[in-house]
Amino acid sequence: MSDPHNAFITELEADDDATGDGPLAGKTIAIKDNISTKDVRTTCGSSMLADYVPPYNATVVDRVFEAGAQLVGKTNMDEFGMGGTTETSAFGATENPVETDHAPGGSSGGSAAAVAAGEADLALGTDTGGSVRNPAAFCGVVGLKPTYGLVSRYGIVAYANSLEQVGPLAPTVEEAALLLDVIAGSDPHDATTNDGGDDSNYAEAADGDVEGVTIGVITDLIEGANDEVVAAFEDSLDELRAQGAEITDVSLDSLEHAVQAYYVIAMSEASSNLARFDGVRYGPDVDAEGNWNDEFAAVREEGFGPEVKRRILLGTYALSAGYHDKYYKKAQDARAWVKQDFDEAFESVDVLASPTMPVTPPALGESLDDPLQLYLMDANTVPVNLANLPAISVPAGEVDGLPVGLQLIGPKFDEKAIIRAASAAEQ
Amino acid sequence: MSDSPVDPDDVRHVAGLARVDLADDEVDEFTEQFADILEYFEALDEVPEVDSEPELVNVMRSDAVHEGLTQEEALQNAPETEDGFFKGPSVS
Repeated sequence: MSDPHNAFITELEADDDATGDGPLAGKTIAIKDNISTKDVRTTCGSSMLADYVPPYNATVVDRVFEAGAQLVGKTNMDEFGMGGTTETSAFGATENPVETDHAPGGSSGGSAAAVAAGEADLALGTDTGGSVRNPAAFCGVVGLKPTYGLVSRYGIVAYANSLEQVGPLAPTVEEAALLLDVIAGSDPHDATTNDGGDDSNYAEAADGDVEGVTIGVITDLIEGANDEVVAAFEDSLDELRAQGAEITDVSLDSLEHAVQAYYVIAMSEASSNLARFDGVRYGPDVDAEGNWNDEFAAVREEGFGPEVKRRILLGTYALSAGYHDKYYKKAQDARAWVKQDFDEAFESVDVLASPTMPVTPPALGESLDDPLQLYLMDANTVPVNLANLPAISVPAGEVDGLPVGLQLIGPKFDEKAIIRAASAAEQ
Repeated sequence: MSDSPVDPDDVRHVAGLARVDLADDEVDEFTEQFADILEYFEALDEVPEVDSEPELVNVMRSDAVHEGLTQEEALQNAPETEDGFFKGPSVS
């Protein structure tokens, strides 16, 4: 099998004899490389785990196998999910199959590229601050971030536990919904799962019927977006209006602080989660001199790339004595404020809408030098993770040949509302 | 508050707490970038205190024995093992 876009870190031979008869029978699937697959190495896009082979499957992996899907490979990603372009991977950047000198987005860039290039029928990604929706938008496919607790995180290599969910990527809304049906549902191995997804039938909601649905446009997320992206976004709203949806404007004041709050919380959680990478149970064998701490620090210097170090250090700083109240506590207040704002908005609208990304895919290599600029690119996706809500990105045309995504956000556990509206928007 | 909230010693201190060795050029680069990023985080000062009631419930399970990883599986990724144990660096 060839991999012209470097979408995969590990490719597998498709098994022609597979005989699954579940809802995914005959479908190939690509799985992001931070989702544990028994006996198939799982690197998280990091040198730290270049040789790590999980002894067990993540719950979502068991579920897609039981449903009959065939794994074709583990996909490239920003190291530990930290990035929005898949360029921080220790295994090289992935190309955007639509325009190969552009980034596919990230961090689940390999999963989106594999689907866009037809190298897999379906894919799984993880979304901590937009990592499924961002690459879906940039590669012109569908990506869905479920409500926090809908899908098990057991077997996902944790980056920021309170924010992340596994989500499906697919060429169409209906196929993404079908994959969500397979992975959703409670799991005794993850106490944060909810029974909201048990016996679901999300695929059925992809009926394209938006007659009478009220869609609120989040004006705060339009202001910072590129004009041509906004024009494509508005065309897709016109399409929905023509099908009977009512479009109205909504403003959420708290969103001005969402990016700061997101990064403080995500980095803080990362600094704690990534403490486990010390080279004892897994990781590179570094011949360092000195005591326990010296050896850990040497392993971590060698195993982590610059963006991961940056986030671990900033997270450590934000949680350290004297700064905890200033950063972490304030970020938690902002998170609660964002949640309240969304709850209020959903009293008057059924779903909310914005462009998924405020820009079109950056050229490869363009954005690595300025981390803050990259963080700002996440303005439209991170509020959803802070508020634990479901959101979907669906293709909404192109600007100069580069894909634009429409993001639809729903109330908690109302995946059906966004699937329905997205199926009407897809052309 | 000074113009830049971060100097190279702060970066080295935090790197020490996080157990990450840094090369000198990494310290310089991070010092500059952290100043920008932390200045951006300053806007959190404007966030009002928010009363929130987190929707938390206790999730209980019976304290029963389940099958887990075998010792061999648990050790399979370790760079060094000895007599069925993980082998780490010396403590002192």
